[in-house]
Parts: sequence; structure tokens; C-alpha cells
Amino acid sequence: MKRMRSTFGEVAFVFVCYLIILIMCVLTLYPFIYLVSASFSSATSVMKNEVFLLPKNFTVRAYEVVFQYKGIWVAYLNTIFYTVAGTLLSLALSVAAAYPMSKKRWALKKPMGLFITFTMWFGGGMIPFYLTMKNLNLLDTRLGILLYPAISAFYVIIFRTHFESLPDALEESAKIEGANDFQILVKIMLPLSKPIIAAISLYYAIDRWNAYFWEMLLLNDDKKVPVQVLLQRIIINSQLGQDIAKALSPGEATIPNTIKYAAIMITTLPIIMIYPFLQKYFVSGALVGSVKE
Amino acid sequence: MKKKSAFFTEMKNNKYLYLMFLPVFVWYVLFAYVPMGGMVIAFQKFDIVKGILGSKWLGLENFKALFRDPYFFRLLKNTLLINVFGLVFGFPLPIILAIAFNEIRLKRFKKITQTISYLPHFISSVVVMSMVIHFLSPDGGLVNGIRNMFGLESIYFLQIPKYFKTIFISTGIWQGTGFSAILYMAALAGIPKEQYEAATVDGAGKFKQMMYITLPNLAPTIVIMLLINLGSILNVGHERIILLYNPAIYETADVFNSYVYREGIMGFRYSYAQAVTLFQNLVGFFLVFSANKITRKLDGTTLW
Repeated sequence: MKRMRSTFGEVAFVFVCYLIILIMCVLTLYPFIYLVSASFSSATSVMKNEVFLLPKNFTVRAYEVVFQYKGIWVAYLNTIFYTVAGTLLSLALSVAAAYPMSKKRWALKKPMGLFITFTMWFGGGMIPFYLTMKNLNLLDTRLGILLYPAISAFYVIIFRTHFESLPDALEESAKIEGANDFQILVKIMLPLSKPIIAAISLYYAIDRWNAYFWEMLLLNDDKKVPVQVLLQRIIINSQLGQDIAKALSPGEATIPNTIKYAAIMITTLPIIMIYPFLQKYFVSGALVGSVKE
Repeated sequence: MKKKSAFFTEMKNNKYLYLMFLPVFVWYVLFAYVPMGGMVIAFQKFDIVKGILGSKWLGLENFKALFRDPYFFRLLKNTLLINVFGLVFGFPLPIILAIAFNEIRLKRFKKITQTISYLPHFISSVVVMSMVIHFLSPDGGLVNGIRNMFGLESIYFLQIPKYFKTIFISTGIWQGTGFSAILYMAALAGIPKEQYEAATVDGAGKFKQMMYITLPNLAPTIVIMLLINLGSILNVGHERIILLYNPAIYETADVFNSYVYREGIMGFRYSYAQAVTLFQNLVGFFLVFSANKITRKLDGTTLW
């Protein structure tokens, strides 16, 4: 197609498109910019609303206070544990669910497909789920946190579609050499699936990192809570931890906002850091994910 | 006999597939199907000590109690209003954004801005709600700071009922628009180029092309998204609500899901809370089912 002459209307239309996108970007980014700047500003400057774009009276004191707070380290390590162990578990189970379902020769392909997709549309709800966790003795256990969100039907379906797309010939030649299904999966299929494994791991990991509601509900022990739950306690319920109270200077009755902003920053930073690596996988994950809502 | 040997052949041939799937099956039974069975407590006076089998059956008592609940109307109103306003203001935005992105020819600009647009989706609810609470706070909050600059009084936004829905819906829009646009962008990518070329030859401008090519091509996706939204018309996620609301604004902020959390989990009224959930699900299911019938008749778009 040759380039068309641009009429005023065409130019205006494209201009409006650019404008919409720029406005969207400013609205999206500004809260983050403010957050970063405020966390590096002095508490009084933030209190007096002198910070809008850049840090005012630059200081790292807020971060010093947060880092002195032992509770946040414990919570951080817990989150890392739940994220790493949880993602590995989810990945193993999702592959184990998807691979058999991708095989036409498997007698249960259809029934098990239905068995899993049914759960995407129907669920018991919050109360029976809570009672089930209680009956399984998984309240206040790390195991419970690892298990409750272990499989997501959406990612299983992505894996299944992917395995179905791999050529049957690969399997046939391996079978002739005497390999069993498990060996074929681990030695041949998985190495061919690296991009999709990377994508789904990232999605599982982000879900784990951000998970909060069931962690808050199921865990009582302070030693087990992840950082999102701690953040909710400090920021939304304004509960002062012992350590954090000690770290404040005398006369400071409440936690200055700067410290809360610093806490938000260190909770969110890992997401923002792995975010650029995620972008090439956005579309496939999002298309399936959007059916979730 | 023949059937039995077929069974053994299947087991022998696919032994490893069965072994692999077994833990998955157990997980689904424990964490999806057992809770699904637990829904029956909505018809009981469930006693946690006696369990489902030992608890007394009440028939529809819990549902009758729900319709007599003094808060029922308030919950229904808040849930519906949040969803309806959320749709009215939030639904068109991803479509507009996707159409805008579709016009961008600068590759690098497009990639960077798209990446920015998805970012809020990946930020946790706790972080997003923490930011909202602090930005709106009267002590040192950004929004009141800006108000003060213009000589306006600070407002304690999250203590005054009338602001809640606007705050909650805007937050949802901020967090979800970019990511929801992906779906429409995928649909846009699927529109045959020839349609636009033919339209250009016929002298149709960009705006006309949008009205007569782009939007009609997006219609099935739009209908499906509306159907899915209709199914959850009585659902507003409790997770984000309970992070943002407080007793002073229950009047406008309390929805079915947060009520289930408070009554059921905090108040131990398991059966009653489950009746609320079941009511929500039944209404949602009924609506999707009926709407699906209508759209199937109208233009053949269907969810299943």
C-alpha cells in the first residue's frame, strides 16, 4: 500500500491517539515518581507537601529506619521463600497436569480437561475454602501457603496448548529408543519449552510475590508472614512494630509517611526490576489471563 | 473380559501419564472439589465441631434471613453501583487505548508506552491501596497538598462516604486499563489489512474506518467481555475493598464479598455467609446464561 496523502483529519486522529497514550503514561507513572521522590525526601518536606516531582532535602533516612526493622527482613525472606518454592511447585504441577492432557492417546484426556476447566467457572467461595484449609490442618503453616494456590487452570491450559503444538515425531523416535513418557517430557519436551516455562514462571512468581489475602487470613505467626501482610499491618492498620518504633527519633509518635513510602518501595522494587524481562511474554499470558476475570 | 484387558493396556501404555497426573488430581480434589462440596453449608446451621455431616439442615432458612437482613439492600446497591459505574467509566477505556496504540507507527515509542501501560497490573493490591490511602490522607497527602496550594481545605476523603465509589473505581481503572487493552489489541491485529485498504481507496478517513471497520470487528470481543462482566455483576473483589474501606464508610463501601468476609470469617457465621456467596453465584450464572442466549440469537456471539 502506498502512503496516502494526509488530510487534516488523518493528522488530527493520529495526534489524538498520541495524546491519549501520553496522558495514560503520565497518569500511570506519576504515582511511582512521587513515591520514589517522597521516600528520598525529609519527613518534614513531605509533611508540608513540598515534594511534587523531585526529592526535597534528599535523605536516605527512611530507608535506614526500614532496614533496621528486623520484622521486615523476616517478612522479606518469607516472601522470597514462598515465591521461589511456590513457583517451582506450581511449575512442576502445571507441567504434570498439562503434559498428559496434551496426549490424544491418553484415555482421560477429555474428562480431565473438563475436570480442570470446570474449576475456572465454578468455585465454592471464601468460606468453604477457609474451612477446607482448617480441616486439612493447614492454618498457620508454610505448607498451606505453598499449596493453596499451587495450580492455576489458565496456565495449565497454556502449557497444554504448547505441548500439543510440539511434533509427535519427537516422541516416536524417543519411544523407539526405549524412553518412557517421563524421560521424554524431561529430556526432550521441557528443553523445547524454555520460553513458555520462563513466561509462566514469571506470572506465577508475581502472583506469589503479590499474594496477600489468604496469607493474612491463614497465618497468625509473625515469623511466617510475607512482606505484603506486614506492609498492610504497618501502612493500612498503622501498627507499629517494636523495632520500628525504636528506630524512630524521640518525639515521633507515628511513622512518618516517608518511612511507609520506603517500605512500599522495597516491596515493589523486585517486581519493577524483573518487569522488563516479562514484557515479551505479556500477550500470551494476558490473553488467557483476561478470561480469568 | 475384553474391556478389562483394554483397561490394562491403557494403564500399561500410559503408566507415566497417570503417575504424573496423580498429584494434580489429588490437589484438585482437595483444593477445588472439596470446597465446592462445602457449599452445602449454605443450607445448614453449620457447626465447625460437628462438621458438615453432623450439622443440622435448615433448608432455605439462611436465604430467607439474607433477604430480611437490614443490610441486604445496602449491599446490593453498593455492589451494583460499583460494578455499573465501573463498567460505564472503565469499560470503554481499554478499547480507546487499544485503538490509539494501533495507530502508533513509531515502534520504540509504542513498545515503551505499552510496557508502561501494563505496569500497574503487576503491582500488588496492598501497595496500590497503600498509595491511595496516603495520597488522599489529610496529613501530608499529595491530593490535599495540591488542594491546599489552591487555598482549599483538606478533605478526609476516606472517611466521607460519598467519595468512596469514585476512589475505588478510579483505582481499578488506573490498575487495569492498560492490561485489559491487550485483549483488544490482539483482536485488532486480527482484522484483515485489505478491509482498511479498500476503505482508503473508497476515500474513508481514519475516523470513518474506526466506526465502520475497527469497532464492528471488535464487537465479538466486546460482547464476550460484557458477558463475563455481567456474570460477576454481584461480585466486587473483597481483597481490594477491605484494604480501602473502614467502618465510617460502610454505608457506601460495603459489598457482598466484604460482608461475607466480615460475617463469615471474622464473625464465624459460616452458613449465613455461604448463603450470600451462593446467592451471588446463582444470580451471576442466571444472568450470563440468559444474556448468552440473547447474544447468540442476535449475532451468534456466545461464551460457550
